[in-house]
Amino acid sequence: MSFDTLIPLIAALPIAGFLFTAALGRRLGKQAHWVPVGAVVAAWAISMIVAFTALTGGEPFGEHGYGVKLWEWIPAGNFVVEAGLFVDNLTACLLIVVTTIGMLVHIYSIGYMSHDPGYWRFFAYLNLFMFSMLLLVLADNWLVVFVAWELVGLSSYLLIGFWYRKRPAALASKKAFIVNRVGDVGFALGIMAIWVNTGTLDIRESMDILVHADVLTIPLVAVALLIFAGAMGKSAQFPLHVWLPDAMEGPTPVSALIHAATMVNAGVYLVARASPIFASAPDALVVVAAIGIFTAILAASIAMTQTDIKRVLAYSTLSQLGYMFAALGVGAWTAAIFHLMTHGFFKGLLFLGSGSVIHAVHEEQDMRHMGGLAGKIKWTYLTMLIGSLAIAGIPPLAGFFSKDEILGESFKLGFAWVWAIGFVVAGMTAFYMFRLMGLTFWGAFRGPKEIWEKIHESSAVMVVPLILLAIPSIGLGMFLGLPLGDSTLHHWLEPVFREATELLHHEAEPYSLVGIDGILIIASVAVASVGIAIAWRLFGVGLPGLRREGSPARVQALSARVPFLYRASLNKWWFDDLNDLLFIRIGGRVAAAAWWFDRNVVDGAVNGLGSVTRGAGRGLSRVQTGRVQNYALGIAVGLIVMAGSYLLIVGR
Amino acid sequence: MINSLDAYLVLSALLFAIGTFGFLARRNAISMLMSIELMLNAVNLAIVAFGAFIPGLAVDASVIAIIVMAVAAAEATVGLAIVIAIFRNRRTPLVDEYDAMRR
Repeated sequence: MSFDTLIPLIAALPIAGFLFTAALGRRLGKQAHWVPVGAVVAAWAISMIVAFTALTGGEPFGEHGYGVKLWEWIPAGNFVVEAGLFVDNLTACLLIVVTTIGMLVHIYSIGYMSHDPGYWRFFAYLNLFMFSMLLLVLADNWLVVFVAWELVGLSSYLLIGFWYRKRPAALASKKAFIVNRVGDVGFALGIMAIWVNTGTLDIRESMDILVHADVLTIPLVAVALLIFAGAMGKSAQFPLHVWLPDAMEGPTPVSALIHAATMVNAGVYLVARASPIFASAPDALVVVAAIGIFTAILAASIAMTQTDIKRVLAYSTLSQLGYMFAALGVGAWTAAIFHLMTHGFFKGLLFLGSGSVIHAVHEEQDMRHMGGLAGKIKWTYLTMLIGSLAIAGIPPLAGFFSKDEILGESFKLGFAWVWAIGFVVAGMTAFYMFRLMGLTFWGAFRGPKEIWEKIHESSAVMVVPLILLAIPSIGLGMFLGLPLGDSTLHHWLEPVFREATELLHHEAEPYSLVGIDGILIIASVAVASVGIAIAWRLFGVGLPGLRREGSPARVQALSARVPFLYRASLNKWWFDDLNDLLFIRIGGRVAAAAWWFDRNVVDGAVNGLGSVTRGAGRGLSRVQTGRVQNYALGIAVGLIVMAGSYLLIVGR
Repeated sequence: MINSLDAYLVLSALLFAIGTFGFLARRNAISMLMSIELMLNAVNLAIVAFGAFIPGLAVDASVIAIIVMAVAAAEATVGLAIVIAIFRNRRTPLVDEYDAMRR
């Protein structure tokens, strides 16, 4: 089969699986997973062929990618939108992440959701999600991207609110949907601005015009910031970050899919895709970097005190996404995509692992009721340990390479402040991850005794995806990031980001392991180790030969010493309360006032006009007595008046 | 004054006014029809008077008067038929009870 068929098939298979399962899934009962999982596995296989061919520069992709025009979607005079798919090396990288993790999440869900009455519904939604995300990365047109963007929002709404009978889940899904809408408005305006500027919605064509035009109707900074607003919503950057931690109310595989493989990466992908626009508007890039690194440290500080295992991971995701945006902001495009890929795998691993933990302790998510699980669920423990080491940035695991590249590049590109904050966040990351590990797996079990006796490892269908995700968490960094300074990924993505890099006039500084780069590596490894060591002292460790009990007393003493910081972190810096005040209380008052105005003034005017007309009609209808003689009298009087006036006026 | 056109016209106007008053004021449908006859005949009187006093109009006036009579006869027939039909339905000859047009 030619690539003209294969590329559309990647997106077509999951949507076909969705339609099939949505129509017939109810009757299939516990067999409902075969078609959706099969569709995603097939999409994965095709993606691998496509991605491999594209990344090795094979025909017909070459250096700059290959597109398939599907059909003319909207032909309306000057406004022509062609729906098409396009695969270049950036898309290929995203395809690998999305389909691989998506596939493993599908397989894991067979085990995780096996007792759920909505089994078929879950797989239908998962397939819809896969379709949306794949369409998003494949689309060659801003409008198609936007449609996929909204579909991602819709399917995340459906999945977060999957257990819609649970009130927090229903509320969280609404919150995610509404907060995302805020960003989407920006994105939609950005697309309109692109069309006003260029008259085309084709991604490559429009960016070519935008970058080379002398005079633009709408300045590029505005276009870039509007697109970034959309990215902020989907990738949950400050101040639109509030939906992501609440999205933890959904089933755990959904958290893995949303937080690792798909939705949250969409924003990073979008900014990377629009890199020439951002590179032509350096002011916008600074905003991206600032918001990214601020989100990173904000989320990391919150993650340090949360007690819900999934919430810690959610805030960690926010923090890592902040890293990616910081990298985009400083112009280290490849580093951002690198971190996106490695983070996708180890965060997917951590989420699926946390799901396995939650399953083991009977749907308990509070880490204060866990502890000592390492001996009971060995595979989960080992894989999560790999994930934690990877995210903490310990060499040679995946996170080390990507995080170090972000920090190193921001330092070398002259953004020392980004580096400094990122450096602190790296230490915090290591700390909160090993706090999570310590509370969950080490020390003594703090939950009810009858649960402790029943704890057992999850079934193979759940453990195998964990192991399969652990492999790239170890090796992907080495595979993509070596040799340092001239990595494989750089070669892959160089054609995609060439234009943006040239626009920024970044001189490629030679990489020197014995010079500045070596010092930066040592520094970031050191700070990660310090973070781990502190967590280790405070929360204990149970490794053979390294046994050490945690000391809750010391944790309490430490948090009592910085009461403000501790309370701020525990209460998520009061952002939910701020939103409550701004939008629910004050916004609610404004809305109530507007409603009152609408009811009384606007409706009053309209209703008033109506009742005046009715009153006048009712009054005048008295004239119509229905009696012939009254009418005849009218005729006679009229005649007399007319004849009289004729005589008075003309007769003289 | 006795043998002049004005006298006939005054009489005609008086008759017409009486007919009009009767049409507007009488409640009985039959009386209203009679009032209409009175008005028609008042007009006929005026026409015939014009014909008698103005030589050029003699023939025309006669023709018009005869047409008016024919029309009056037809009108009386139809009018009486309607009144009888309504009377059968409403059991009353009084027109102010005929308010079907209002509903």
